[in-house]
Formats: sequence, structure tokens, C-alpha cells
Amino acid sequence: MTLTREQLAARVAADVPDGAFVNLGIGLPTLVANFVPADREVIYHSENGILGMGPAPKKGEENPDLINASKQYVTLMPGAAIVHHTDAFAMIRGGHIDLALLGALQVSATGDLANWTTSPNLLMPGVGGGMDLAVGAARVWALMEHNTRDGQPKILECCTLPLTAARVVDRIYTNLAVIDVTEDGLVVREMAPGLDFAELQRRTGATLTLANDWRAIGLSA
Amino acid sequence: MRDIRVSSLAEAVDGIRDGMTILISGFGNAGIPVELIHAVIDQGAKDLTIVCNNAGSGRTDIAGLLAAGRVRKVICSYPKSSGAVVFERLYAAGRIELELVPQGTLSERMRAAGAGVGGFYTPTGAGTRLAEGKEVRHLNGRDHVLEMPLKGDVALIKAERADRWGNLTYNLAARNFAPTMAMAADLTIVQARRIVELGALDPETIVTPSIFVDRLIEVPNPEPAGRP
Repeated sequence: MTLTREQLAARVAADVPDGAFVNLGIGLPTLVANFVPADREVIYHSENGILGMGPAPKKGEENPDLINASKQYVTLMPGAAIVHHTDAFAMIRGGHIDLALLGALQVSATGDLANWTTSPNLLMPGVGGGMDLAVGAARVWALMEHNTRDGQPKILECCTLPLTAARVVDRIYTNLAVIDVTEDGLVVREMAPGLDFAELQRRTGATLTLANDWRAIGLSA
Repeated sequence: MRDIRVSSLAEAVDGIRDGMTILISGFGNAGIPVELIHAVIDQGAKDLTIVCNNAGSGRTDIAGLLAAGRVRKVICSYPKSSGAVVFERLYAAGRIELELVPQGTLSERMRAAGAGVGGFYTPTGAGTRLAEGKEVRHLNGRDHVLEMPLKGDVALIKAERADRWGNLTYNLAARNFAPTMAMAADLTIVQARRIVELGALDPETIVTPSIFVDRLIEVPNPEPAGRP
């Protein structure tokens, strides 16, 4: 079986540490915040100058001057701080963000990340803060579907799409597995319930090693 | 006596010439100095290079400047926001140049210009297409790319409160690039929602100090950016 988007977000959320400063990328990573246990205090950073970002406002309480990196309306948590852009990026580039959760198009066996353009020729490109986050955050977790819609692997020996950053991903969460990027290659820590390792390897474009203490992904959502 | 207030938007943007580089505050539609941009459209300067995180949305303000054919080049991190139809059309037609810069590097390059730094090395972008042609040094175990300062001839800034010296505060995440851009241009022009008495702003809460600001105009009810 494979995990739904919500199950994947919930699995990632279970690993987000209490008290951490976290930046959530656009898309699937943003969903993770909905599943972080209520007894955990996570301080969300937004590249446009918010430290201590809260959830979406109630209808009618939107403030056009309070938006996130995706330009969606957000709120502030008690304790939030507003900073200017260079400081917001000093938090990222200076290694102060504990954890960045980033969507991915491809990840290589050495942790190279491609997540900013599907076009090898850079037709209509836009990079935003993705390169800064990938390089600067203390830890980078990549979140993605294990395969493309037409079944191609997204975990590869070498990325074929333009890189966002080289050797930055620490861990990959997909709808099939939780995989650590280590000095000894890709190590599978968890697999979706019912999935066997041969099938996972078949759907992956790089050599995997199954950890001795691997387990099935626990599903809470 | 220092009093940098001007009496009209036209006076605020007077002297902007063809070919200049203009830094424009804002992220998405938050913090865009709509009225100052419209004054530049009316003023007529062309062949401009604009530096802004996004390349405008809808038909007004930045998109309006682009649609009027005044902009030769855009330097930004993310031109393809939803609604960036004017930029997309010009870019597809090859009628506008784009320099794409990682967002933190964009901001830091302007900070460098404002702080007198002659360039800096950053790991952001190393090993990617955006580092092509740039000097790379291996520092602290990691490849770093040499990035150069990005200076504006002019900065257009939207602020919340200001005094006649040009001290500024902002509103929430509309602050974004403004404090950095204010220090990175030869001529920093500010529209503030309210101008207060000198001394009324708490020194502990002034975000941009007056030394970085050259002209000031009050725009009490600014239009939202990115309108269709």
C-alpha cells in the first residue's frame, strides 16, 4: 500500500521536534503543520519576515500585510517577531533554522536536491528562497511522492533536473518509505505497511540498503 | 533643519532618468509602493531595470510599469507568482530580460551595497545553474559563490509611519525588503501611510532610521497592489 498525502504529512509531523524553529516549504510540507501534536511547541519561520507564524485566519480577519511565502493569509502566534528580509534570510543562511521541510522533484543518493524547476532549459524560471533554505537550514527533510505520475523514480543516483543544492538532504519521506541519506548511501528506516523491499527497490532509481531495525510506517491519520 | 517631505507624488519621483535601476519594496502584494510606482509611470522614465522579489501581478503597479514598456530588465527571485500575466507575456515574447537570483542572495546583495561591502561568498546557489559564470571558492569545507553588491539608483518604499526626518516603521510582513532597499539606493523615496510629529516615534521601534531616506510623501489610503 501507499500513504495518502495526509498520512505522509502525519508521519513527518511525528518527527518534528518540540521547541524547534522550522521552515515549511510550499505544498506538501505546509500540510505537516496540521498534524503536529498539540503538546508540541513548534516555531514556524516564513522567509518574508515572520518568526512565530500561526495558522490561517478566520474568514473576515485576513490582513493583506500578513501573508506567508506562498502569499496566503496567516496569523501570528503569541511570541511572534517581525523582521526584515535580510534578517529573515540570515536566520536561514546562518544555520539558525533547525529544520526545513521541502517538497522535492528529485533527490540523489548523495542528498542532492532538485525542487525548483521541471524545465532543463529554465523556461520561465522562479527560484524564490528554495536554494537558501536547502543550503542554510541545519537539517533538510525532503517530502515527495516516491514516483512521478507516469511511474518514473524520483530518487536517483544523480538528479537529471537542475539542482537546487548539492548534498543537502538528510532524510527523505515518501508515500512508500522513510529513507536516510548517509555516508554509506540511502538507508531505508521505514516502509509502508505491506510493501516489500524488492518492490521498493524496483521503484527507486538508486541503490537502497534496508536498515536492520527497519519497521512499517505507523499510520495515525 | 531636516525636512524631507515633498508636496506631491510627481515631486517625489522627479529626476528619475531613463536607464536607471529602481529597487521596489514588497513581497507578493504586501509592501508594494503602488502610488509611487504609478507616479513613475506618469513621469515617463524608460529602459529601467527594476529589482523586486516578484515581477508584479494583475495590471496595476509593477505590472502596469511593465505593460507600459518602461522596463528593460527585471532582477528578482520569483517572477511567476499567480497573476503575473504581464511579465509572462513579455518574457515569452523575448521583450524583457530576467536575472534570477536566490531570494536570500538578492536581499544580501542589496545589504552589501548599502553597507559598503564589495562582494561576498555564499554557499547558496553553488553547483546550480544560477552559479554559472561566477567565481567559486572552497571555504570551510563547502563551495561558495562570489556574489556582487546590488545597488539602486532609486528605491521606492512603502512604510506605515514616518516623521519629517524620514524615520520609518512598517506594518507586519509588509516590511520585507524595504529596510534593506532603503539603505541600498542613492535616492530613497518613501510613501508612508501617516507622517507623525518628530519625536512621536519611539526610538526603540524605528525600523529604518532617517539617514537612509531622502524623500517622503504621505499617502493615507494606499491602493492594494496587483489589481486586475
